[in-house]
Amino acid sequence: MSPQTDPAWRLTRSKVLRDSLGVSVATGAYGISFGAIALTGGLDMWQTMALSLLMFTGGSQFGLVGVVAGGGAPLAGAATAIMLGARNALYGLRLTELLRVRGWRRPVAAQLIIDESTAMSIGRDSRRAARLGFYATGLGVFVLWNIGTLVGVLGAAWLADPRTLGMDAAAPAAFLALLAPRLRGREAWAIALVAALVAVLAVPFVPVGFPVLIAACVGLVAGFLPGRTGPDGAAGIDEVVEEIDGADDGSGGSR
Amino acid sequence: MMLWVGVLVGCLGCYLLKLAGLSVPESVLRRPRVHRISALLPIVLLAALVAVQTFSTGSQLVLDARAAGLAVAGIAVWRRCPFLVVVGLAALTTGLVRLVLPAW
Repeated sequence: MSPQTDPAWRLTRSKVLRDSLGVSVATGAYGISFGAIALTGGLDMWQTMALSLLMFTGGSQFGLVGVVAGGGAPLAGAATAIMLGARNALYGLRLTELLRVRGWRRPVAAQLIIDESTAMSIGRDSRRAARLGFYATGLGVFVLWNIGTLVGVLGAAWLADPRTLGMDAAAPAAFLALLAPRLRGREAWAIALVAALVAVLAVPFVPVGFPVLIAACVGLVAGFLPGRTGPDGAAGIDEVVEEIDGADDGSGGSR
Repeated sequence: MMLWVGVLVGCLGCYLLKLAGLSVPESVLRRPRVHRISALLPIVLLAALVAVQTFSTGSQLVLDARAAGLAVAGIAVWRRCPFLVVVGLAALTTGLVRLVLPAW
């Protein structure tokens, strides 16, 4: 039977496309808050749009803005963004087998690797559905995330004094919402609390932007310590990675 | 100008990581330690960003209306509110506290 007339595939296709559209619309709405927060944090319209078009990974974009908003060095912001984007490399690894992209398609597909497109791709019951989920979500989020960012930028430009409206509390709230799904288990909570404490204690002593990088060292040290659940840490790692994949799946729908 | 450098370096780094995942031999990224660290980094970075952005201004530690906003955001996250509601409630709370207590 040809792909066009296979009723089972038509059903799957419409379900995958519907899921992708839902996630894209929700993420686009969240792009509005990114645009507004970035402008409030001191970026101009073009820098904000460059982040949404070229960086295109929400957590990293918020991370860069978060560091420079406090007056931090732009390169410290870039370092924070890059570390936050490290998980996309792991997603790519998992997607390689599903997408099997070659030639010019590979650098294009790479840009679409984000939490949402990965979550909507892995776990499908066929490779074809996985590919559709990846491209439909990746492209849908790309378009709506950038439109959302532009709307947020234009909206923030209208606000008289963002501080009166409490916009400076919007960024930490956004980080908290991104962090929450990852806090599964006592180990994750403990590491998060230590990192937060280390960062705050470092504030008076190091240049702006560096407390976050110092906290990253907590993650590196914790990564080299054996995990809580296994003698060599292997069991703990898989657990954490699985939890994060699950969390991304969940957050995609709720945004 | 430096801000542009930061923006573009960040964009390039993030893109290369995405491309690396699709290109690098599996054995490198499959190492348990690499896996574990990349799972932990978002947790420590986001936790640090929450703390620093709420409790500091420049190089000074401060306790102001943002703390109230964060507390409300915490409740909203716990109640599984959508992302925009969490962010909106935090901003609204902080704005209202400043209205009532201008010194904060």
